[in-house]
Amino acid sequence: MILPFDLILVLFVFICAIAAITVRDLLSAVVILGAYSFFMCLLWTQMAAVDVAFTEASVSAGIGTVLCIGAVSKTRRRSRD
Amino acid sequence: MFDFIVSYYNYWVFIGLMMVGFYAMMAKRNLIKKIIGMNIFQSAIIFFYISTSVKKGGVTVPILEHGHAAHAADGLEHGAHAVDIMQYANPLPHVLMLTAIVVMVATLGVALAVAIMIYRRYNTLEEDEIIKLLRRG
Repeated sequence: MILPFDLILVLFVFICAIAAITVRDLLSAVVILGAYSFFMCLLWTQMAAVDVAFTEASVSAGIGTVLCIGAVSKTRRRSRD
Repeated sequence: MFDFIVSYYNYWVFIGLMMVGFYAMMAKRNLIKKIIGMNIFQSAIIFFYISTSVKKGGVTVPILEHGHAAHAADGLEHGAHAVDIMQYANPLPHVLMLTAIVVMVATLGVALAVAIMIYRRYNTLEEDEIIKLLRRG
């Protein structure tokens, strides 16, 4: 576990979480959520949880983002808040 | 005291992320935003559990090193090789959270399906407009 790397990753995760709920464009929010999942997955790799990391990368960042993009394309892209 | 707070910074990040997700679930009016908040909330909880598995002093992946080393030459029994547990991260939270990630995506899929059905019926995703339409009947 490398401390500066860990702190930078934690910061990025936090920024992505804040950005994902602030952005008004839903497609951007969903893509930022995918980036959040990938940063989370890096964080787990360096916490020595490799199995959780690649499950997160394939399932949550992959399938989850695809499902969200599908749902946004079926509904409206603009959000009021 | 200050040292205690700094050395457990993962847990403070966990609390912050969980509150970000909770805020999105409670205060945002758009349904997709609420679902995104739920996703953040769940992965924050997974983050907490994985943080509990880390030990002090650079632990590695929980795969046994020299697990198959033969000790016949030394005249030792099988399994005489001592396993130093403090070298490895605790694998139990990993296994539990593997299940939780799959449950997370299943919940996400169901929630998005419900949101699409609501959109087809009321033609909007904003919660206040849906409630207004519901009141009107």
